[in-house]
Amino acid sequence: MKPTDFADELGEWLRGDGPESDIVMSSRIRLARNLGDFPFIKKCNDVHKASIESTVCEKVTSHSDLADTVFVKVNDLEELERQFLVERQLISREHSESSGARSVAIDKQEVFSLMINEEDHLRIQVMKSGLDLEKAWERVETIDNALEENIRFAFDSQLGYLTACPTNVGTGMRVSVMLHLPALVMTRQIEKVFRSLEKVNLAVRGLYGEGSQAMGEFYQISNQITLGKSETDLINDVSEIVPVIIGYERKAREYLINESQDDLHDKVSRAIGTLQNAHQISSEETMQLLSKVRLGVNLDLIHDVQLSTVNKLFLRTQPAHLQVLAGKKLSTTDRNVERANYLRRHLNSSQGKSDSGEDLFV
Amino acid sequence: MSALHYCAECADKYLKSDSDDEPVAEEVGTAITKHLKIDQTADELHRLDQKVCPVCGITFYEFRQSGRLGCPNDYEYFQEELNPLIMSIHGETNHVGRRPARGDDGMLMQQIEVIRLRKEMTEAVEREDYELASRIRDQIKQLEEELQ
Repeated sequence: MKPTDFADELGEWLRGDGPESDIVMSSRIRLARNLGDFPFIKKCNDVHKASIESTVCEKVTSHSDLADTVFVKVNDLEELERQFLVERQLISREHSESSGARSVAIDKQEVFSLMINEEDHLRIQVMKSGLDLEKAWERVETIDNALEENIRFAFDSQLGYLTACPTNVGTGMRVSVMLHLPALVMTRQIEKVFRSLEKVNLAVRGLYGEGSQAMGEFYQISNQITLGKSETDLINDVSEIVPVIIGYERKAREYLINESQDDLHDKVSRAIGTLQNAHQISSEETMQLLSKVRLGVNLDLIHDVQLSTVNKLFLRTQPAHLQVLAGKKLSTTDRNVERANYLRRHLNSSQGKSDSGEDLFV
Repeated sequence: MSALHYCAECADKYLKSDSDDEPVAEEVGTAITKHLKIDQTADELHRLDQKVCPVCGITFYEFRQSGRLGCPNDYEYFQEELNPLIMSIHGETNHVGRRPARGDDGMLMQQIEVIRLRKEMTEAVEREDYELASRIRDQIKQLEEELQ
């Protein structure tokens, strides 16, 4: 199976359901683990990396709990295919861009991904749509238990699981929730929210970590510390704060509706208008406008677009997805034209215009 | 609620990190350097930078630059330097979460020995001392079997 075979699917985190899914895109938990009898990646030579890869591959494929897994050798992939996996959040940018033997094991529903030879030997990641850290943790625990039956991880009785970077030592766990917070951005309260999160040891980052506002008002909130607290407590720290932020965002949305509905309605309508009519459009502008449309759909200001359509467009208008769907490599300029075509076709289809063959590029 | 132990500037860097879900290594490196400068003279820092882990061969300088350690033994070998850093990142130095169900406590020393042997084997191969290399390989195999 080729990684781009996932193209027709939406993946777990864009399914658009699960608790609080109008504001919470996805919940993610990842564990960092290292094989105790190998040096960390920085001091691994090619032989070490290859034997870590094959050891883990063997243990994963032979375990009944992990049977439904696709193994992809990241090192053998084209750049476009690697970027495709990054856009789906199945591998990290670092994993995509580093060198040497490295793989990713992915389950068919794209709920779980296991990166091998990333910053640590193993990165176990589980994603759920909406706010659902509890289910994510259940799954992570099952996978960790399954792996530990056959692999002895580097573990110190005082420091816990040993990781390549001391920022991950202990539990090796990063809990993150991705939130869509357009109203807090529009009402200029987002900085205040960030400052309050900082005080309780939580970190805030953009969607793929890049310049956050440009990425469509999506923010990831995650735990900063990994040592000295149990996994359950670390999850609770995030679980307790997320509903508070959801509450702020809802209040800000209410405020916008009550105090400046004309302004808001105008912004949202211009966003969908541009997306339905543009003939060339960048990925950044698309993200920003889709973010407004998403808000409009959630506030009933836009009626003829489904939330799942918006989520689908978020993913499929990104550079690698666009090229995989088009079946060829495209320059930035060509991508901007292709993207505009794709958007026009999918956002105008509900009004009865050109809706032949969902994913075909004519 | 525990307080954040980073200064405003470091905290800010944390927030603006461009890595996927964690601070980039260089920032960890910067934090380490800052931390060390407080009570280390240039001479002391220079001497510290030369310190080499006998198991994986990483120098403290390399760690400071990249923010990444070379092997599990580094936590023990650079303990004096790492503990204040770990304290400043996490506000704690004791793990209270999950433990391996098989009770891996005490396995670490043997695992580190395997890592040391792997390095010796690589060096033997580089010197084209294949006889030694194959002896070491057998030793590794034996230790690995004991570990399983």
